[in-house]
Amino acid sequence: MIEVCSVSKYFGEKQILHNINTQFEEGKVNLIIGRSGSGKTVLMKCLVGLHSPEEGKVLYSGREFHNMPDIDKQKLRTEMGMVFQGAALFDSMTIGENVAFPLDMFTQMSDGEKNDRVDFCLECVDLQNVNSLYPAELSGGMKKRAAIARALACNPKYLFFDEPNSGLDPKTSLLIDELITKITHDFNTTTIVNTHDMNSIITIGETISFIYQGFLEWTGNSHTILSSDNHNLNDFIFAQPLVQRIKK
Amino acid sequence: MLRKGFITIGDYFIFLNKVFSKPAKWSIFLKKWVFEMDAMGIGSMLIVSIVSVAMGSVITLQTALQIESSWIPSWTVGFTARTSIVMELCPTIISLLLVGNIGSRITAEIGSMRVTEQIDALEIMGINPASHLVLPKVFASIIVNPILCVFSIAFALLGGYLTVWITDCVSTYNYIDGLTYCFRVYDVIYAMTKTTIFAFVMSTVASFYGYKIDGGALELGKASTQGIIVSSFIILILNVVITNIML
Repeated sequence: MIEVCSVSKYFGEKQILHNINTQFEEGKVNLIIGRSGSGKTVLMKCLVGLHSPEEGKVLYSGREFHNMPDIDKQKLRTEMGMVFQGAALFDSMTIGENVAFPLDMFTQMSDGEKNDRVDFCLECVDLQNVNSLYPAELSGGMKKRAAIARALACNPKYLFFDEPNSGLDPKTSLLIDELITKITHDFNTTTIVNTHDMNSIITIGETISFIYQGFLEWTGNSHTILSSDNHNLNDFIFAQPLVQRIKK
Repeated sequence: MLRKGFITIGDYFIFLNKVFSKPAKWSIFLKKWVFEMDAMGIGSMLIVSIVSVAMGSVITLQTALQIESSWIPSWTVGFTARTSIVMELCPTIISLLLVGNIGSRITAEIGSMRVTEQIDALEIMGINPASHLVLPKVFASIIVNPILCVFSIAFALLGGYLTVWITDCVSTYNYIDGLTYCFRVYDVIYAMTKTTIFAFVMSTVASFYGYKIDGGALELGKASTQGIIVSSFIILILNVVITNIML
């Protein structure tokens, strides 16, 4: 479980996050939702340690992350996997080498064991025969899946996804959502997904935190979100004509 | 502006502190080091040899044209050309050339990794990105640049020889006599010391400007230019300082 306790983040004079308190549960898909510029990416970067919050703390299974010694922080980071908005695959490496990279760095596996693990991770995300291709040779959806395979390589306890559906067609988007749910339940990971994709919100959100202008406005799940009486949340959820029509 | 300059210098030293930490895995560091040496060395060989031959040729020709007196022995042409090439032209001019060639490649490579979040990905994996990406480049350039400088000296002297042979401004015998006259190993040590220090400046400054990019493609272009300007400026200043100290 990841607990966020009174986290505030400033960029210069500007306060981006205001006293955020929430928790992300183990074995569940936890969503952070909100409009663009609401602070959800900053919150995710605070969770993974790319930003340090000025106030508050982030606890990983009770261990405070930002005040840890660097060695412990690096050890904890080996338990994390993150899939970035643009996949962030290493351009100079093939897909096979990308997935094997965390194994090369952190394990003493033999080449055979590494190859087996790479094949297994790529199979999990339904990618075959791409080991020798470079990221530039893959489509957007395939890159995202390869990035998920790389994030899975070291068997992470915590998985982070930054806007996994952005730039993907509805069908591929659905596939990624299914994959996120499957991985979370199969490997019992604490999964945190940063999204504003309505389909993801309704179908995969087992816990949902809604951020509005840097404040945590609402927490709930995909069953309760459509019946919420929070004005800002309803504004966000029912912004699209299609969702308005479904509501009617 | 002065404050910004001091902040940048401070950031540079903090960056160096991150770079010079123990690699996460030595086998991967060695693999990357060899790869970088190959990319830097082989990739720059052609341009270095062309520039060096041209430089040696011109300096020999210029010297021969300036010294047209029967009071001055003919071997002076070879001697002067060698001294200029070994002590000044090759270490400095080739280092400046490599700043444009290798330095800009380093800034662009690290900068594009920053822009596409590949550096963030490394950090989240628990890897020190500064050390993982930059340290092999620094060590590679420290090895490769002096080797390129030696090749450059050889090509420049060859360029001078070819010019003498073609134009017959002095005899080739006198030219070679001048090249070997009063040869001091210290001159080569001085040239190699300068090149090694310039290589360190080039690789770390170029990496620093790539690493600290905040933004997109526009910033990448700006950082690349800034990296070249700042590295060249530091190299020129250090050239004066080292010359003062060592000679």
